[in-house]
Amino acid sequence: MAIQFNTRPGLVAYLTAGDPDIETTREIALAAIDNGADVIELGVPFSDPLADGPVIQRASGRAVARGVRLLDVLALAAELRAARPSAGLVIFSYLNPVVRLGMRTFCARAAEAGADGVLLTDMIVEEAGEYLEAMREHALAPVFLAAPTSPDARLKAICEVSRGFVYAVSRVGVTGAQTTVGNDAETLVTRLRRYATTPIAVGFGISNAEHVRAVGRFADAAIIGSALVALIESSERSEAAKTIGSFIAGLRVAEGEPERMAAGKL
Amino acid sequence: MSTEAVVPNPSAAIAGRFGRYGGRYVPETLMAALEELEAAYEATKQDAAFQAELADLLHHYCGRPTPLYFAKRLTEQCGGAKIYLKREDLLHTGAHKINNALGQGLLARRMGKQRIIAETGAGQHGVATATVCALLGLECVIYMGEEDMRRQELNVYRMRLLGAEVRGVGSGSATLKDAINEAMRDWVTNVRSTFYILGSALGAHPYPTMVRDFHRVIGQEARQQILEQEGRLPTVIVACVGGGSNAIGAFYEFLPDANVRLIGVEAGGRGGGLGEHAARFQKAGGGVPGVLQGTYSYVLQDDAGQISLTHSVSAGLDYASVGPEHAMLHDSGRATYTSCSDEDALKATVTLSRVEGIVPALETAHAVAEAIRLAPTMAKDEVLMVNLSGRGDKDMGILSRELKLGGAETGPAENRGTSS
Repeated sequence: MAIQFNTRPGLVAYLTAGDPDIETTREIALAAIDNGADVIELGVPFSDPLADGPVIQRASGRAVARGVRLLDVLALAAELRAARPSAGLVIFSYLNPVVRLGMRTFCARAAEAGADGVLLTDMIVEEAGEYLEAMREHALAPVFLAAPTSPDARLKAICEVSRGFVYAVSRVGVTGAQTTVGNDAETLVTRLRRYATTPIAVGFGISNAEHVRAVGRFADAAIIGSALVALIESSERSEAAKTIGSFIAGLRVAEGEPERMAAGKL
Repeated sequence: MSTEAVVPNPSAAIAGRFGRYGGRYVPETLMAALEELEAAYEATKQDAAFQAELADLLHHYCGRPTPLYFAKRLTEQCGGAKIYLKREDLLHTGAHKINNALGQGLLARRMGKQRIIAETGAGQHGVATATVCALLGLECVIYMGEEDMRRQELNVYRMRLLGAEVRGVGSGSATLKDAINEAMRDWVTNVRSTFYILGSALGAHPYPTMVRDFHRVIGQEARQQILEQEGRLPTVIVACVGGGSNAIGAFYEFLPDANVRLIGVEAGGRGGGLGEHAARFQKAGGGVPGVLQGTYSYVLQDDAGQISLTHSVSAGLDYASVGPEHAMLHDSGRATYTSCSDEDALKATVTLSRVEGIVPALETAHAVAEAIRLAPTMAKDEVLMVNLSGRGDKDMGILSRELKLGGAETGPAENRGTSS
């Protein structure tokens, strides 16, 4: 149990936990792992997801309306850990649910559940003192966001405290699909390489095999989020795991393989 | 609820802390913009030309200084402390909001940002921002909850007339919080070209400090005026608190004066249950410290940390969190925070209208209600100052429905009844 990328590029799959329900998220996560996702980011639904675009906003809203709580997501993490001992597991949350539970309590529970790492969307390095201390105490990997707008001094600080991987935000903006991976992403990864000792994963707007390949040319891993969440939204509950499994498998097809296999859903 | 602090190392000298509250909790993409904003704002403090232009516009364009008015008839009716009204309602655009919108607008221009975004609840900050953008020739997009667009529709028309684009937000309860979420999503997307004029003493550093500073003029003027008119400081200052910008502007100059009581009035809404009010500081109301929209402060939320819906008759107070400096003043006891129900705010609106000929904004009416409650308990030589933060023209739709002003009987009859 550790965050490892066994192929290049590695694959990180973000799922909004509890959309459509916790049990289905469990099946989807297992299918994603079995089809090649190295790391699962379990998104904790939040009422006010201000860094997210419409797709994850809707998913988060549905899960909140179902009453899905941070503790439910941690329980789900424990199930996934038991079922897939070697998969990477990251708890992905806005800060407030974590603050409400208590930072130290949260870290203890996340470690107990077998999570490898944590990403807090609205936690910046300067504010992270207690968080980092608690994470260290429980041998959890803090994953921080790095943005195209971050000056070098910030990238350096982000790399110094990140473990597991650094999450390079491919472009300015909220989460959600886009047609191509822009130059911002490669420039950012190049800048991060000067400081990073961990792998660098690129996320935001990565939605198909072509994007994954593009990211693979300069980064260690690609993070797929909104594309999966949109696919889950449009799938029958009973089919969601199968659909996500074959979608993830399709992201791995090598360049030159049939176009229809590589064509992901935007 | 855990008593753990979010931040364990206050010694790290993070700017923008108010005791344990405040700070910066934003997606990394915004950090460079916040640092740039902070540096640019700090630089204006030494920039004589900037300060001179701000002062000139506050005077000639906005109408500062605003009067400190002795409300003689209201005082007599209450039968206690002398009630003074700091007339921010007389400012251009009808509320204190222009103080801050003008300051940030000038700062945006100084930073070379041509595109302005803002959120608005009651529409007063949106109107103030649209006004400043017209004045300075800047592009303006205002985010406003669809519920607020409905209940403050006059302000929507005003913003459009002033050349702003008003974008409705339908998520959540379609009120101020949701408008801020959407404004932040716009900012994170257009951060390189866009200046976000945040309208209350909320959000990530430097906003709570900067917004307070642009409203400090309220307390600075009031202090001098009350000394001139009464030869003493007020016994009590009352202000309504949504995000808390007018209140912090009124309170700040008096913080060192320990004998001046500071009272913030929150929206008590229609009941004590979560979702029925916006009273973050009231015991058992559901408000506990947390992180919302960039800052650590009291937040109305459930026990899983999901932000609660809120209700108030006044759109400007209808918000789940509160400025972090108020959280500090609350905990230290330097200020106290009460709440006022929708019903009492409406009653206070009628009273001030008919006794003084001043129609307050529904937000402001919460402070007026507290003054009406408090004044009779005070001695006649004591002074109670209300920050009359805005005027009620924008609320005519709500007021006509709630008070049945369209009806033939009620209005005139009540009017006769209040003559003294």
